[in-house]
Amino acid sequence: MLAHGLGRSYGDAALIDGGKAVLTRRLDRMLDFDPETGWLRCEAGVSIEDILETFVPRGFFPPVTPGTKFVTAGGALGCDVHGKNHHVDGCWSNHVRRVELLTASGEVVTCDREQEPELFAATVGGMGMTGIILAMDVKLTPIHNPWIAMESIRVENLDHFFEVSAQSSSFTHTVSWIDCVKRGKGMGRGIFMRGRHANADEVGHASALTKLIEVADPVMAVPVNGPNWLLNNASIRLFNEAYFRKHPKGQKNVLQHFEPFFYPLDFVRDWNRIYGKRGFLQYQLVVPKTSDNAPLRAVLDAITKSGMGSFLAVIKEFGDLSNGGLSFPMPGVTLALDFANYGQPLLDLMERLDAIVVEAGGRVYLGKDARVSRATFRRMYPEWEAWKAVRDKWDPQRVFQSDLGRRLGLVGGAA
Amino acid sequence: MSIAVFGGTSRIARAIAQRWAEDGHAVWIGARDVEEAERIAADLRVKTGVNAVAGSFDAVDVGSHPGLVAAIEEAVGPLGCAVLAFGDMGEIDEDHADFAAARRVIDVNFTGAASLAEAVTAKMSERGAGTLIGIGSVAGDRGRQSNYVYGSAKGAFALYLQGLRNRLFKRGVHVMTVKLGFVDTRMTWGLDTKIPVAAPEQAARAIHDAAARRVDTLYYPPFWRAIMGVIKTIPERAFKRLSL
Repeated sequence: MLAHGLGRSYGDAALIDGGKAVLTRRLDRMLDFDPETGWLRCEAGVSIEDILETFVPRGFFPPVTPGTKFVTAGGALGCDVHGKNHHVDGCWSNHVRRVELLTASGEVVTCDREQEPELFAATVGGMGMTGIILAMDVKLTPIHNPWIAMESIRVENLDHFFEVSAQSSSFTHTVSWIDCVKRGKGMGRGIFMRGRHANADEVGHASALTKLIEVADPVMAVPVNGPNWLLNNASIRLFNEAYFRKHPKGQKNVLQHFEPFFYPLDFVRDWNRIYGKRGFLQYQLVVPKTSDNAPLRAVLDAITKSGMGSFLAVIKEFGDLSNGGLSFPMPGVTLALDFANYGQPLLDLMERLDAIVVEAGGRVYLGKDARVSRATFRRMYPEWEAWKAVRDKWDPQRVFQSDLGRRLGLVGGAA
Repeated sequence: MSIAVFGGTSRIARAIAQRWAEDGHAVWIGARDVEEAERIAADLRVKTGVNAVAGSFDAVDVGSHPGLVAAIEEAVGPLGCAVLAFGDMGEIDEDHADFAAARRVIDVNFTGAASLAEAVTAKMSERGAGTLIGIGSVAGDRGRQSNYVYGSAKGAFALYLQGLRNRLFKRGVHVMTVKLGFVDTRMTWGLDTKIPVAAPEQAARAIHDAAARRVDTLYYPPFWRAIMGVIKTIPERAFKRLSL
């Protein structure tokens, strides 16, 4: 049995072959809200979109949001999702104080950092394998308006990226698009975006535009699967070149609505169809920062050499908050890469990337992974054994399973 | 003015309650499962800020209905609108060996609904204003072997509402009959319907708009009016041989 929310995990985290998926999307009631403190008690099927719709007009925002608003609160906790503000605010779970969990015995257990703290910690980033999350208390962030004061800066290479990133610590939200086709001097070039929720006095005429943007969503849809040849090395190179050149040298300051800032792809319904029937795989890694960032260069080098371009790639420096267990973020640099599914050559490339990442003491994000091996996983997440011990204590019969858990040896008996 | 939704835990009832709450009306949510009703009331309070109260009711306990309506008006104020959204398809075995199960379906869907309709509109007609919305079903338009117990109860309820509408017209109370086709709720969950299923939120919007226009009978989705029009015209001599 496995809880399944909006199904936005890219890999096999929310799949259970031959088992029962418990659809939680209709468990979507908001149970209590305190406007003094921002604490919201909601059921696990409430989505980030639901929270935005209800609370942005009242001056509150989700404390952390991934790149799509189509995820549930339960999924956000199960994957311990992070966003552009990780360096300041950490992950989703860092804003959750209490969880109601349906455990394997059928008992509903309320856990937090004092009461059943082990179960709470294992459920954070636990990929749904400790039980079915029923409800949680999450603290929303106060905002003045739906606008983001944003600066975008063209970065010419990887060193320049780190320079700008270091100068951006006063911004609550940072992320950079990175051209991972470019080799040589321009390796790591991209467009760095940094922003923060706009103050009350920064927004004049912009507020009138809010309504327009809100009714415009979603703007487009990809009606059919694209042909497989649509995204090839040449078209990806062209796209990256154009995207980079479109941005003027230096810096641009704008006031941007939160929708395109946080959720650019949500404007294009079924955007994944652009990859065609073969689909795509995402590889998101984090590696600790080093003086020369050799591991990161090695990753970019391996990608450019492979000839398999990543259509969309983003890079960001994480903060120091790390939640342990199976939670992904750790201090370092994260790189998220989308590859059209080129089959075996791509899987081979990812194996090579795994080796670089493990060697550097890094890891991949389970919420997006579909293929990492059991042995590699164990080196990436050394706390897996302690996590599994807690899980097994609460679920000795292995009621809760997933294809990901089976693949990684987290819910099976044998090593 | 407030609204009471009887059978308030269904997806569509919840959407109707939310639609009215968005207009600022206080809401009473009634259901057998009070805990579930309370979660829905809480959701409405968080999302709209209105006074939303949950309570229990028993459709077959007709003696309790007048007192219940008084208690509801005590809690949320005089009712401007009431929605009878409960229904029970029952679990009736194929050869109808156990008539008690059939009787319960009739008691809930017809007797209980008619009793609540009387209790609610008695208050409304004293005030000379109000709207009663009865959620029926296209299953009530023609008896079919597969669900005629439920269908006959819903059909009788539609006739009842027709008479009530006629009686209350000159007292300023409006009665609207809603005949639902497939809507994406618990009742249709997992059914292979082959016919498009409407979203509960869209159905709620249509019901809200129709109530404002004082529509007498609303089919939703609207194409069901045409489908049932055709089904009703099939001669009985032929119909009895079919398995629709």
